[in-house]
Amino acid sequence: MTKIKKQKERISNGVKKILLGNEAIVQGALEAGVDFVSAYPGTPSSEVGIIFGKIAKKHGVYFEFSTNEKVALEAAVGASFSGLKCLVVMKNFGLNVASDALLPFVYTGTKGPTVIIVADDPSCWSSGQSEENSRAFAYLAHIPILEPSDAQEAKDFVKLGFKISEKFNIPVIVRTTTRIAHQKMPVEIGKTKKSNFAGKFVKDVKRFVTMPPRVLEMKEELLEKIEKIRDFAEKDKASRIGGKGKLGIITSGISYLYVMEVLKEMKMDLPVLKLAFFYPLPEKRIKNFIKGLKKVLIVEELEPFLEKEVNALTKEVNPGLQVLGKDVLPEVRELNTEKVGAAIAKLSGKKYRVSKHSSLEVPKRFPRLCPDCSYWFIFSSIKKVAPKGTIFGGDIGCYMLAGFPPHNIQDYLSCMGSSIGIAHGIKKSSGQKLITLIGDSTFFHSGIPALINTVFNKSNPLIIVMDNRITAMTGHQTNPGVGETGMGEITEEIKIDEVAKACGVKNIKVIDPINIKEFQSAIKGFLNKKEVSVIVARRMCSYWAKRLKRRK
Amino acid sequence: MLKTFNIIISGTGGQGLITLTQIIAEAALTEGLDIKTSELHGLSQRGGAVETHIRFGEKIYSPLVSLGSADLILSLESLESLRALSYANSKTTFLVNKFTLSFPGSPKEKEILRKLKTITKNPKIVPASEICKKELGKEVVSGIYLLGYAVFKKLIPLKPSSIEKAIIKIVPEKYLELNKKAFKLAKK
Repeated sequence: MTKIKKQKERISNGVKKILLGNEAIVQGALEAGVDFVSAYPGTPSSEVGIIFGKIAKKHGVYFEFSTNEKVALEAAVGASFSGLKCLVVMKNFGLNVASDALLPFVYTGTKGPTVIIVADDPSCWSSGQSEENSRAFAYLAHIPILEPSDAQEAKDFVKLGFKISEKFNIPVIVRTTTRIAHQKMPVEIGKTKKSNFAGKFVKDVKRFVTMPPRVLEMKEELLEKIEKIRDFAEKDKASRIGGKGKLGIITSGISYLYVMEVLKEMKMDLPVLKLAFFYPLPEKRIKNFIKGLKKVLIVEELEPFLEKEVNALTKEVNPGLQVLGKDVLPEVRELNTEKVGAAIAKLSGKKYRVSKHSSLEVPKRFPRLCPDCSYWFIFSSIKKVAPKGTIFGGDIGCYMLAGFPPHNIQDYLSCMGSSIGIAHGIKKSSGQKLITLIGDSTFFHSGIPALINTVFNKSNPLIIVMDNRITAMTGHQTNPGVGETGMGEITEEIKIDEVAKACGVKNIKVIDPINIKEFQSAIKGFLNKKEVSVIVARRMCSYWAKRLKRRK
Repeated sequence: MLKTFNIIISGTGGQGLITLTQIIAEAALTEGLDIKTSELHGLSQRGGAVETHIRFGEKIYSPLVSLGSADLILSLESLESLRALSYANSKTTFLVNKFTLSFPGSPKEKEILRKLKTITKNPKIVPASEICKKELGKEVVSGIYLLGYAVFKKLIPLKPSSIEKAIIKIVPEKYLELNKKAFKLAKK
């Protein structure tokens, strides 16, 4: 009980606080003295931006919701070049969008230290388009990636990321997953550093301009840097080893917690190497760890990147070592104690008992639109007037619910902004009628270049922009159409109809979709047009409207 | 060594599961325990099925309750108690709100509760929504009422005073009195 007593004392001193992984990331950034934060919302990363929106001013930090993740990263590149300490926040798919800016940023390196939070979502709890393993970007971009296991480490690794970035002038990714981002635990709270927000861009062409032949020198410098960071990783205590015996486990991230839970349940004390760095890997430590082992189990979610690395190292130091990994663990869906328990049982030849339980087929409860959501009017109007055979394009937002009963109007769905790009391709290929849905924030994020393409290359989909005046699905963040920044400052309200007009769209209507007759006749009329048409269905998200009312 | 206590809270989006989870975690922290919770945010919330996991004890690794190892399943909606069945074993306590949010194709409440009684031992079915509506005019605090019920009936090994402290810490002042009332109402 003394342990508990001690913990109690710490709590009464206010040292520990229950934090969500994402809250711990904010705390870590504040303790590191972050100056500049940019984000695009996406579950499971969204709370980081929401919190910074509320507290940035108090801490003298600059915060913005950027138009998209690439722009968010570029903003941070500029701030870093001006010497500020930067945090950029996005979900996994955001990194795909940002990747064009990411690679050259790793080449030029940072001036102000920069940490990029990337939240993966194994099992796709809140992700449509793929079960992405963003660790692969380490190989593409040569960017260091840290993988926290819990909320405490989420905080600690943000600080470690800043430390590495500061020491080696390189951006660092802290990669979380849903079970880290949305995990709560007692986290030790340290002192926050006040931002000394005063950047200055000092010209340095050799450093900031990536052009051949300099870009190739930069690559050489980068690869050297990575080896130095590897040396750092070899010594850093964020990776650690415990246990003893000839059967070992190498793991990282959330998988570490499942491993430790299972070992505790099985009352075993196997050697476990917990890696903080996914890239660059502390290879010497791994070699030392596997040298004396008979068997090693690699416990990682999704693709077997670590397993491949360990297999390669095995050849050097322990060719007879049996490496278990994806032969005993699934490559699709997140792990849990049941899956890890079964794998450890195979490693150790001992039984792992899953408690006796039963299960029951229960009818699926589909997520629904809020009862007073204006999308009810939009979906039913579309269904009513669209001729049989009309193709319905979907995009990323609450209106993905169009794909569920009772609506069932979503014939394709891919990535942010793609509803319009794909619509163009279909319309160029076929004479079928086509209506796409895209939200206001998604339109600004990446719908505009595709809209221009429909005009430029002459196709005629009907695009309905679901302008509910907020980025709703991820928890109500502002976007360029709202007239308010992420920090709550008044700004220019960018009107979607005016954007469409400037893009050369001739058929544009702005309609409140509860005016069903007007809305339906606009759909009918526009479906027969030879050019692209845009209906801006403008009505505030009912949930948000209520919240605003309560706020007043 | 203190035994780890595992709770699953199940319900539907918008019923306040995440606040309940936070309150229990805070209460466990004031009692000097280690805690991990797991929850899902995002589209999965909107009217869909939601479950949160809470584990507390001396040392907690995994944020997820393993299959068949829940000590308590607290359901804010009847059908969702059945969905959580795989976390239960023969000793698991079921505390279920007698409230059903039906949808096309969902079974009737009577049927759900009958099923619940046949597959679990003595589930505690409490009309929390009805009581809160009648006594306080608000159904939304039925989760807090059930939490009170669980704590006062010792279904959760935490002190009522710790939960009350946590409520004061977490619930915004505007709604605090209502929540405190709902909590205390369960003592009766």
